[in-house]
Amino acid sequence: MTTTADRPAQEFKVVGSRPIRHDGVDKVLGRAQYGADLKLPGLIHGAVLRSPYAHAVIKKVDVSRAEAAPGVFAAISGDDMPVTAPKMVDMVEEVTNLKWSSQRVMAHGKAVYRGHPVAAVAAVDQNTALEALKLIEVEYEPLQAVISLEDAMKPDAVIIHDDLVGDHLGEKVSPTNVAEHTRTEFGDPEAAFAEAAHVLERTYTIARAHQGYIEPHSSTAFWSPDDKLTVWTTTQAPFGVRSNVATVLKLPLSDVRVVPMEIGGGFGGKIGLYMEPLAAMLSRKSGRPVKMTMDRKSVFDATGPGPGGQVTAKIGVDKDGKIVAATADIRYMAGAYPGSSISAATAGIFACYKVPNVRIDAYDVVINMSKTAAYRAPGTPQATFASESLISELCEQIGMDPMEFHLLNAAEEGTRRPDGPVFPRIGNVACMEAIKGSDHFKSDLGESSDGKLRGRGLATGYWNGGGNRSSVTISVNDDGVVSLVEGNPDIGGTRTTIAMQAAEVFGLPAHDVHPTVVDTDSVGYNDLTAGSRTTYASGQAAIEAAKQVVEEIKKRMAMIWETEPENVEFEDSVFQNKVAPDQRLTFKEAAGKLGQTGGPVSKTGTVNVRGSGGGSFAAHLVDVEVDPETGKVQILRYTAAQDAGKAVHPSYVEGQFQGGAAQGIGWALNEEYYTSPDGVMQNSSFLDYRMPTALDLPMIDAIVVEVPNTNHPFGVRGIGETSIVPPAPAVGNAIADAIGTRLYQTPMNPSRIMEALANKRNGQNGH
Amino acid sequence: MHPFTYVAPRTLDEAVAVLEQHGERARPFAGGTDVLVQLRGGRFDLDAIVDLKGVPEATTLDLNGSLRIGAAVPCYRIYEDSAVAAAFPGLIDAASLIGGIQIQSRASLGGNLCNASPSADGICPLIVHSTVAVVQGPQGERRVPVEEFCTAPGANVLGRGELLVALEVPAPDKGFGAAYQRFIPRNEMDIAVAGVASALTLGEDGATIASGRIALAAVGPTPLFAAKASAFLAGKPATPETFAEAGEIASTEATPIGDMRGTAEHRIELVKVLTRRTLAIALGRAQSNR
Repeated sequence: MTTTADRPAQEFKVVGSRPIRHDGVDKVLGRAQYGADLKLPGLIHGAVLRSPYAHAVIKKVDVSRAEAAPGVFAAISGDDMPVTAPKMVDMVEEVTNLKWSSQRVMAHGKAVYRGHPVAAVAAVDQNTALEALKLIEVEYEPLQAVISLEDAMKPDAVIIHDDLVGDHLGEKVSPTNVAEHTRTEFGDPEAAFAEAAHVLERTYTIARAHQGYIEPHSSTAFWSPDDKLTVWTTTQAPFGVRSNVATVLKLPLSDVRVVPMEIGGGFGGKIGLYMEPLAAMLSRKSGRPVKMTMDRKSVFDATGPGPGGQVTAKIGVDKDGKIVAATADIRYMAGAYPGSSISAATAGIFACYKVPNVRIDAYDVVINMSKTAAYRAPGTPQATFASESLISELCEQIGMDPMEFHLLNAAEEGTRRPDGPVFPRIGNVACMEAIKGSDHFKSDLGESSDGKLRGRGLATGYWNGGGNRSSVTISVNDDGVVSLVEGNPDIGGTRTTIAMQAAEVFGLPAHDVHPTVVDTDSVGYNDLTAGSRTTYASGQAAIEAAKQVVEEIKKRMAMIWETEPENVEFEDSVFQNKVAPDQRLTFKEAAGKLGQTGGPVSKTGTVNVRGSGGGSFAAHLVDVEVDPETGKVQILRYTAAQDAGKAVHPSYVEGQFQGGAAQGIGWALNEEYYTSPDGVMQNSSFLDYRMPTALDLPMIDAIVVEVPNTNHPFGVRGIGETSIVPPAPAVGNAIADAIGTRLYQTPMNPSRIMEALANKRNGQNGH
Repeated sequence: MHPFTYVAPRTLDEAVAVLEQHGERARPFAGGTDVLVQLRGGRFDLDAIVDLKGVPEATTLDLNGSLRIGAAVPCYRIYEDSAVAAAFPGLIDAASLIGGIQIQSRASLGGNLCNASPSADGICPLIVHSTVAVVQGPQGERRVPVEEFCTAPGANVLGRGELLVALEVPAPDKGFGAAYQRFIPRNEMDIAVAGVASALTLGEDGATIASGRIALAAVGPTPLFAAKASAFLAGKPATPETFAEAGEIASTEATPIGDMRGTAEHRIELVKVLTRRTLAIALGRAQSNR
């Protein structure tokens, strides 16, 4: 279902239609080549020995027995890694200590998370490599593991990195586990709270949650005798991998070529380096291409989920329910190295509202677990669980309908986001109106059967989305089909959505544009597939390239028609001489005449899209049923409304809304790292890391709201991430509505619901 | 994974001989849905796996009033046999619950018993059916009540060279009904947080419980026969009040731990609820079996 908040400024032929995806047949037939599918002559297989301790001094690593074992070609440890000295470098996604970037992928001197690579081998086959790991001798001296905010931040905390210098409101602090403390302030929140009619403050705890992509990480490397390195890997960021591998291995940038394989889900978790440098070093030693593929346990233990943490939020309202002030204290556990998206959390926590007085403190804290990574709208679902749960409880207390509260306080064009930027035209109110007008909103909750309790919850969310650098090359074939070469691995159907934007310019069917994702030597620079940027920014590069192609063909037509290029018009896929209107050729006819008029036409569009992706707001509505005897929650009905600006391919847009909602429901109900006190994850399998399955979810209704983005020629907004922001608080608000008491912690699993119900019977509130 | 030999014996004697030769370095193998996963996960190393699927005694499903389930009979054969399904709905509750369709095509109730997981869905229904495990070893055959088969998490009574051949389920009495339920947070693909199997036999009057049996999953080191709650049922009226009280008693027999699947407190509550619910289903089945 699509609602258009404003009359569309443009009519589209291709954009807004639903063609079959270009990569669909290969994927359905199992022919698409994912990382682990790669076969190369002479390929051997690597395996990683991982630290069983979350925090330990590595006193000795001896790989000699493993290296001597039959079938083993090479073995490495931290001693083999080229970089071990501290130095601040730009690692594409962040400016960080190069020593840490190197040590994160291979420990040197100290293991700082369970699953931290300590050594690696390459052997004739996977099993030989795994058996050889048992021959590696490692001497550990276990240290106290720091796995909670409390332990990491207490005055006499065990320090994870002696060389970590924290930035605490501009002051350099060491030793510390707090890498960063930031503050955003505007107005005078304390004075506003003092005069507010009602103020509510609550503290929420959010569990660390993994993206749960189906495909485990897989990387293959071949270090050629001429010191050229080729890396085939499952990544969202081939150019980032190129740059970071070159930095970590001290190679010239252009001596590294990265071939992005088909990718089986990323959600932000396939940006950083993991096994690429290890496979490269093993290849250098063995002279063979080396493939390394993680098992699921390693994916959980040693890759980057979204951070858990604690958020205290406070909101004051006047007698009409208008927000007068809001404050927040956001503390995220980054994992073993700094970098837990606290700035996005600061931007997002109150973004849906007009907040005249605000202060947000945020802390980036290191602990002894694997470094967290981006996970769909990084940092924002956690913070929004706090703000949207708080608002729901506040509405209960002041007796105000949450929908009316949202509409009264909604941010709109011109509103200052709490951390500074002023919103351009946005769809915040339009999403709320879409929910308000939905059948779901108007429906009755219905009767429960067997004493089960029903409830309904509403929450909103925001993600800004990025722009940045993209390059797309388009070449015209004689038959009028065009090839489109791009550098963004296709996670969410972006081959097709980029191709459709070029097709729109040409007036061609989507399937007459053939998109291919290529390696880093075969296309200009592209930033990563992340930040909801690909359709938005690489789409603009495609539009740019397509426009250049049209301009070039106009010149060629001018040659044929012996007129000036300005006289050639292009409309509805037809070139026409406006001086002699009977001179007209379709795009396809014109394509056949390029050879005679100067040769092939091939153009590259490059963009560096500055500023916002336009911002995509969402409102989610959910009905739940709770069994008060067991604590089980069933999602009965779910509706997600979100602003797409202009949906290039509405099916994919709906899929993004549904996928984000499904993941967010997982955060809400069951997903967490269940960790022993010494930092060992207990539930590192899909059996016990309980993501929702198809049987746990209703069909999620997606309402595509379209408020055009003034920053994109077709009005497109980046939409991939916002959908994971509202679900956890929406579900929490529905559970509170059902059971009459509130949970302040994710996941809201059955044991916790039973505990909340028991506390309610004993007259206790859970906060 | 340590390299191992795959052995496919055709007779019980051959199977026993191989198992005796290797001792703890060999394991019987039916569907492999536990043993292969554990091997790959590095839980243990083996020198041999002994595939029982070629041994006739381990692969027959025989209904003759009583039911004999070969140790390697996959779950789907049990629930797809309409006569077995009609006579033993309490077993079908488990056979159709373990894993998904692919797993059910391989996994066996015998394997589920030998794996001796406290949370096994298959064991408690066997217990309340008073099932006997038929064991073959170097000294010949011995028979073990299922409630005595598991000795600790992942451990059972099988000694060197012994294997489970079959499960013998007695013919249900008139007025007998049984049911199994587990609690999982999701709707599928989960391990029981707690599970309860209940059985009762109605007396002549159709309203009094002549005898009952209750067994508990995932609330102790092994699947537990709840002796006190079972004894309590005898002679009581088959009413919701009786079922609720049986649940309270059963909950005192549970010794759960708290772990990633649920807290101990939650598990105690679940024993009460599931005992009540399964007894109510068992009653319905008992009434239709009179």
